[in-house]
Amino acid sequence: MKRGRASAETGPSHRAVEIGVALATTGFAVLVIVGSLRAGIDWGAEGPRAGFFPFYIAMFILLASMVNLFSAFADSPREKLFAQWGQLLRVLSVIIPTAVFVGIIPTLGIYVSSALLIALFMKWLGKYRWSIVALVAVGVPVATFLVFEKWFLVPLPKGPVEAMLGF
Amino acid sequence: MEEVVNLFHGFAVVLQPFNIMVMVIGILLGVIIGVLPGLGGANGVAILLPLTFSMSPTSAIIMLSCIYWGALFGGAITSILFNIPGEPWSVATTFDGYPMAQKGQAGEALTAAFTSSFVGALFAVIMITLVAPLVAAFALQFGPAEKFGVYFLAFCSFIGMSKEPPFKTLAAMMIGFALASVGLDQMTGALRLTFGFTDLLSGFDFLIAVIGLFGIGEILLTMEEGLAFKGRTATINSKVVLQTWKKLPRFWVTSLRSCVIGCWMGITPAGATPASFMSYGIAKRTSRNGRKFGTGEIEGVVAPETAAHAAGTAALLPMLALGVPGSPTAAVLLGGLLIWGLQPGPMLFVENKDFVWGLIASMYLGNIAGLIIVLTCVPLFAAILRIPFSIIAPVILVFCAIGAYSVNNRTFDVMLMLVFGVIGYILKKCNYPLAPLVLAIVLGNKAEEAFRQSLLGSQGSLAVFFSNGLVGTIMTLGLIALFWPLISNGWAWLRSRPAY
Repeated sequence: MKRGRASAETGPSHRAVEIGVALATTGFAVLVIVGSLRAGIDWGAEGPRAGFFPFYIAMFILLASMVNLFSAFADSPREKLFAQWGQLLRVLSVIIPTAVFVGIIPTLGIYVSSALLIALFMKWLGKYRWSIVALVAVGVPVATFLVFEKWFLVPLPKGPVEAMLGF
Repeated sequence: MEEVVNLFHGFAVVLQPFNIMVMVIGILLGVIIGVLPGLGGANGVAILLPLTFSMSPTSAIIMLSCIYWGALFGGAITSILFNIPGEPWSVATTFDGYPMAQKGQAGEALTAAFTSSFVGALFAVIMITLVAPLVAAFALQFGPAEKFGVYFLAFCSFIGMSKEPPFKTLAAMMIGFALASVGLDQMTGALRLTFGFTDLLSGFDFLIAVIGLFGIGEILLTMEEGLAFKGRTATINSKVVLQTWKKLPRFWVTSLRSCVIGCWMGITPAGATPASFMSYGIAKRTSRNGRKFGTGEIEGVVAPETAAHAAGTAALLPMLALGVPGSPTAAVLLGGLLIWGLQPGPMLFVENKDFVWGLIASMYLGNIAGLIIVLTCVPLFAAILRIPFSIIAPVILVFCAIGAYSVNNRTFDVMLMLVFGVIGYILKKCNYPLAPLVLAIVLGNKAEEAFRQSLLGSQGSLAVFFSNGLVGTIMTLGLIALFWPLISNGWAWLRSRPAY
């Protein structure tokens, strides 16, 4: 990256994200401690109770998180970026469509959802002609259907379109 | 020589036409997985695991292990031609492999890489053939305390040997253990850590974590970097292969050393990636051409590739003999074993001889078949990498989703996969290692069971882990592995002090 394009070089600092991750693992440790206490961490008639092991595991997470938090404050250089905003935007451009894809699987079935996801990516990020988009977006799910349902007999979620076609 | 008889019986199993077909399909899929960004050995095998549900366990393991060999081979192709390591263990291969390709010696570099991979794998398989039955026989005497000792040793080596900060490794590993303990407690039947969510009753399946952390996480990383593949073209013909083969015997010392490093790092769960770096580093220091390393030395390709493949193969030894996988991919194979109704560990060698020896025989034949396939099909695989990312990415996402769904036939798992993907992306960028996290999810319940059973026997006293010579030795080795960086630094400091 060349200097001068200042807007392209801003983004969350690596330090902030490191601190965030350490705080998140701390929170996770607390959650596990609460859950373990609920399950019981002492000895019962049958020996150590269900929360016994995870409780001590959570103690280790807590310890490690504290050290990581401390070293994030102490050692992490302030200038280093976690990623540029533009890069994060590209990452989001994968996460959001995938989240929608996952969300529509129960209603539309996995094959139709897949076709839509592939078509979206190819048209939006790849700018392909519709003919190529259609070829890949339909071809991949059909091939998957043949391999999984017909050849290896693994059933996958199907929706109204498959029902219409009689599967 | 009961082993030899068993091995030949294994060859007979593998040489059935269906198994040979499965082997070739596995290798082809594996190379494609190794070449594509975002698909690696571990998640590739995890995604394709459902395909094997309807097969016999022996055919299934042949297919999955061949996918693994293929992925190991495939990583080298992208490293050398595109300077993009398809797998973490082929990063060190880019150092000299890509400069060779730039000099127009791509064919030579690829031949050297494939041949070295093959040599490394062969060395490790021979080692497994000879050592695994002995280890398994020995491990049959293990009680719960010794079993926990083995897990302890495995996880301590992770902390002591990883290049990531030790407390980040510890955090990642312990998060894995915590995730493993969610759901039904197998010893008391009590529920824990579910917080009232019915979806969490059956806990977190590590296959979902593998597909999310490695598969989705990797795609997000690739997307962030923005993709522009600029590759070298390569053709391999028999003349180049023969010429390179003539040169390779000169590096037998490097090759042998790399085999040993690889096997050692594969058995202790340090894995293929550090093995390849270590082997490259030592070769650079000891070779006569060491100073030219990085400019396209063939020895710089031989060293990491041999070690990576030896480590990748040797990682299956503890998985087979002890039930402790040496790498995430070995962990996925272990998960497969459980799904097919087999109990990994020493009893496997007693109860499922056909399966074990079929697998070991397929390691020999799979690597021979792999070498032939990659040497002949390089242009084809290089062409796959030229397919634009905007097509590859959604297709990989779709396959990840299918893989995640078919583990338990639940859409909730697909959502979980995406969450793991985002977490994996952030953790990876913050230098938290993912392999110990995954291994902890796999082994968490077994380690906990061994720990609690040991404590039950001793009425809660931790002294049980040092109560006899065997368990004491294993635990001490674990502690040494854990504090290894401190010990080696201290030793270096002591030696550097001037003697008075």
